[in-house]
Amino acid sequence: MNSFSYLNDLIIPGGIIIAQIMAVLMPVLISVAFLVYAERKVLALIQLRRGPNVVGPFGILQSFADALKLLTKENIVPANSNKIVFLLAPIITMVLSLAGWAVIPFAPNWVLADINVGIMYLFAVSSLGVYGIIMAGWASNSQYPFLGALRSAAQMVSYEVSIGFVIITVLLCVGSLNLSKIVEAQETVWFAIPLLPMFVVFFISALAETNRLPFDLPEDESTLVAGFFTEYSSASFVLFFLGEYASMILMSSMTVILFMGGWLPPFDIFPLNAVPGVIWFVIKVIFILFLFIWVRGTFPRYRYDQLMRLGWKIFLPLSLLWVVLTAGFLIVFDMVPNSL
Amino acid sequence: MYLYSITFYIFSLVAVLSALMVISARNPVHSVLFLILSFVNASGLFVLLGAEFLAMILVVVYVGAVAVLFLFVVMMLDINFVKLREGFLQYLPFGALLGVVLIVELGILFLTKSFSENSLSRFVQSPQINEVENTKLIGQVLYTDYFYLFQISGLILLVAMVGSITLTLRDRGQVKRQNISSQNFIDEKNAIEKKKIKLGEGI
Repeated sequence: MNSFSYLNDLIIPGGIIIAQIMAVLMPVLISVAFLVYAERKVLALIQLRRGPNVVGPFGILQSFADALKLLTKENIVPANSNKIVFLLAPIITMVLSLAGWAVIPFAPNWVLADINVGIMYLFAVSSLGVYGIIMAGWASNSQYPFLGALRSAAQMVSYEVSIGFVIITVLLCVGSLNLSKIVEAQETVWFAIPLLPMFVVFFISALAETNRLPFDLPEDESTLVAGFFTEYSSASFVLFFLGEYASMILMSSMTVILFMGGWLPPFDIFPLNAVPGVIWFVIKVIFILFLFIWVRGTFPRYRYDQLMRLGWKIFLPLSLLWVVLTAGFLIVFDMVPNSL
Repeated sequence: MYLYSITFYIFSLVAVLSALMVISARNPVHSVLFLILSFVNASGLFVLLGAEFLAMILVVVYVGAVAVLFLFVVMMLDINFVKLREGFLQYLPFGALLGVVLIVELGILFLTKSFSENSLSRFVQSPQINEVENTKLIGQVLYTDYFYLFQISGLILLVAMVGSITLTLRDRGQVKRQNISSQNFIDEKNAIEKKKIKLGEGI
């Protein structure tokens, strides 16, 4: 065991991995800042207001100013809270919303970890997201956060079921769990067209999974103050905020990969296919994010029983039926991908 | 290989330590959180073994669904920690007896030759290990050789579900319910009554 083998076996591969992680996470974090700005600007336009327009040209540096302001404030930990869990919860939320990016393919071969079970990994990471919220609600030792956490846990578990079935429908058409192969399978037609109902179900479930309006009951201002992060301030609040927006972008990329052909151009003809794949990917993600914001600006908040009814009584039977229909269709017309 | 060994030791160390904390933590919520940590590290070990599908299923099923329900129940219970500790010595002999029985049984299994790999593989159908991804390999045996067992386990889960629903479902008498479709079809004709009010008269 000499120093040379350490260099080759540990430092160089470890350094490369860390550099790659940085190359993925830095753009993600910066785009989170601009997403917050874009959301405020789009909402302002919808409501005939100006939106942020003071910090920097067109107010474009507003989110950075806000982040700086929040980070310099005092971090208050409530006296009766469970301190370790209280501080751990925002960190877990943030880490989980960034961990999913490891398997997202931005363009052919532009992926940090091209694993065989990429979509399962994304599903697993997004199903862990509920822990940050439950832990925050419990550790705050206060009524409003606890109610918010309970609502959130029930909501995320319910909508995960239909998201699972939607993913299964797509996987039936692909025959692989690898995200790059899911994108390549859409070269002839994006899955959004043959699987349109599933696309809609997935998009609405993604809204519920990321606790966005019209399903933002965990942080329902009019009844629960600020829901599970009522007691949070300063840096730990920033982590929750960033985590929520990062997981929004992650869910949008997941939608793009599953239904809108990832890095593929809409038509494989000259001026369109000359554009690099990563540009198409970013354009599609921005489109889905715009839908997220548009929905927020347009729809009123659901009542909690309506939310549960939609998840269990409409989406679950619909997606289950569609799994059976898709499987039957593939068998009847002998279109099962790479059958054994 | 160093990176591989380092990750292996980190995962296994954290898994064992958090498993110990599950049974020694004073606060039951902390116990459940350590249980989750232990699950996640076990799934990391699965990934190192090359069983990526099992690793992800472990996280999705145990951490994403089962442990959430655990946490739910433990959080909702109003537990008196002092009272919880009281019966410790009373139950100690019984617990110790169970532990000893388990260790003896495991010891018998490992010491006798019937537990060697060759003897087991005679009874168990296993897929041919090659370059095929292990999701496909699991599917190949699960839906062919073990198809009936797979279906039966599904039926058992269904029975458990039906059982728990019949235990909790009760007639709550007069509950006000909304008829969603009739709500959706409300328009101004049957919901709003327009009246012209003359000045100074009222309705």
